[in-house]
Amino acid sequence: MSLLLQNVLKTHRQPDGAVLSILDIERYALAEGEQVALVGPSGGGKTTLLNVISGITLPDSGSVTLRGTEITRLSEGRRDRFRAQKIGFVFQTFNLLSAFTALENVLLGMSFSGRKADRPRAKQLLEQVGLGHRLDHKPTRLSVGEQQRVAIARALANRPSLLLADEPTANVDPANQQSVLDLIRTACREGNVSLLIVTHAMEVANQFDRVDRLPEFNRANRQPVNTAVSSAAQTTGGAA
Amino acid sequence: MNVLAIAWKSIRERALVSSLTMLSVALGVALMVTVLVINGIVTQVFNQSSSAYDLVVGAKGSGLQLVLNTIFYMDKPIENVPYKFYLQLTKLRAVEHAIPVALGDSTADGKYRIVGTTAEYFDVEYIPGNARTPGKRFQYASGGGFTKAFEAVLGAKVAKTYGWKLGDTFKIAHGGNTEDIHADIFTVTGVLAPTGTPADRAVFVHLDGFFQMSGHAKPLAEAEEKSRQAAGEAQDLTKPTAAIKVAEQPSPKPGELSDDEKEVTAILVRIKPGSALAGPMLRGKINDGLTAQAVNPFEQINWLMKNLVGNVRVALLVLTAFILLVSGVGIFVSIYNSLAERRREIAVLRALGASRRTIFSIILGEATLLCLLGGLFGLLLGHALVFIAAPIVEARSDMLVNPFAFEPAELLLLPGLLVIALLVGWGAGTAAYRTDVAKGLQS
Repeated sequence: MSLLLQNVLKTHRQPDGAVLSILDIERYALAEGEQVALVGPSGGGKTTLLNVISGITLPDSGSVTLRGTEITRLSEGRRDRFRAQKIGFVFQTFNLLSAFTALENVLLGMSFSGRKADRPRAKQLLEQVGLGHRLDHKPTRLSVGEQQRVAIARALANRPSLLLADEPTANVDPANQQSVLDLIRTACREGNVSLLIVTHAMEVANQFDRVDRLPEFNRANRQPVNTAVSSAAQTTGGAA
Repeated sequence: MNVLAIAWKSIRERALVSSLTMLSVALGVALMVTVLVINGIVTQVFNQSSSAYDLVVGAKGSGLQLVLNTIFYMDKPIENVPYKFYLQLTKLRAVEHAIPVALGDSTADGKYRIVGTTAEYFDVEYIPGNARTPGKRFQYASGGGFTKAFEAVLGAKVAKTYGWKLGDTFKIAHGGNTEDIHADIFTVTGVLAPTGTPADRAVFVHLDGFFQMSGHAKPLAEAEEKSRQAAGEAQDLTKPTAAIKVAEQPSPKPGELSDDEKEVTAILVRIKPGSALAGPMLRGKINDGLTAQAVNPFEQINWLMKNLVGNVRVALLVLTAFILLVSGVGIFVSIYNSLAERRREIAVLRALGASRRTIFSIILGEATLLCLLGGLFGLLLGHALVFIAAPIVEARSDMLVNPFAFEPAELLLLPGLLVIALLVGWGAGTAAYRTDVAKGLQS
């Protein structure tokens, strides 16, 4: 088992004092090297779930375990270090740092893992995503597709166990969406990295053997805001 | 990629704002450096020049005025003391040098002081040496000292101003009144090399020549009375140390004044080395008498520096320190404002695994780099200002300004800036430290 969430409860206190339950997950698991698409309505807690899995946000109760390490029991500093070493992040809006070149952005991904930055690997990763000729370009001089490729290279920089991708193709032009997705999936497969990809796009979700629909394993009593993708959910194999 | 490299990238990313905040620090530091260096130079000039003599003896009145007038050629002469008083001082065993100075006249255009004195003036170090550095003696850029009555030696600045050379002649304005020019003609026998002291802007004439100019003799009856009183007092001075005889006064040659008719404005006294107590004792005795006062010039100038110039310096330094503080606030505002724009960037760094402490360190690094780079630029700028200003200050004040002058107090600037940087960085870093990652990623 690569990732295991057990009895995870996450609430949010609203300005009027009312407590809103966001996540209430009894069990959720990902096998090593497994690739899963996560779909669900907007505001349904997908991003919160990613934050809880990555240790950015702590759940109110419950445990998150990645490759045998219970993240929820680590101190904040150790969680940060663990995240740097074991979890890669690909965001919808790429989130490259504009002051840094493509290569530096990838090196930055290596900076917080406690290991020495591996420049040859950073170059190799950028070559792998087809940007060997754009190493010294800053994000503003890259197309959106290229920016997302840099973000993928950065996410893989530390050889993570788990890659979390939050709608990675949503801001990429249609022509590049598939290649970005392929890149992520291939890289994860080659590195035996578990992949959890949040998406609204059915053409994306349909490519995965396992598609999890959040409302089906999240018992939080919340009003669904958008049901546009509910019909898209085909399987919920991973949700217990 | 280390914290400082990330901080530097961030500074470069906001090049304009960063440059302006650094410039504000640089200007503050440059101002402080300029104040420190110029103040150092002025203090040094005053202290060195005033320490050339152990005592300045002159008419009773303001001691400070006596020193300013006699050594720095500022202010007006108080009054004169009889020449015989000077003669008595030269006889004292503890006195190494007693140099008469007669002031009151100026060059014909009223611009520079005429100093009637003896050749001995040029034999004394104008900046005394100490264990580490040798003293400085007058050097002649051309020619040499005067030997006859109507000969003159020019300070470097005077020679430069008028373009006077050896053998050139000039006339003198009586009492500084440019309408009243003495008929006597003085000839230049020497031009002093620049000293960086008030001597650069003085015209030294042979004391005899000074006396022989019309209007410089005291009416005989009054002079005799004053002289007798002074001689008596001067003899009293000698009693505890060594009995001396008042020199037999040779009859003056035709056209010359008798010693009774001569007066000097002040007497510059150097006590013999090893007679440390003789100075204060002599001063006490002179001050007990009715004729003259004796002051320690260093004490007077030190008082002036401490109480007047010192306060101005403190005020200027406090002002510049405030400017630096304002620059520090500027840096804080600049970084703090940028934090709002950089919430997402900070959140991304956190998501990549940067700890709160790392984020704090990046912001602290930014503040430190801005402060220290601004400070270093300010140091260079300040010294560049001094370098550029040196010839201008020299031209206007006659002080020799070392363009590479460095004040030890400057060494405190960088640690001071570091403290400001740490305070600023701490404040802004704490705000960055608290950034909510989840919210930041959604912003």
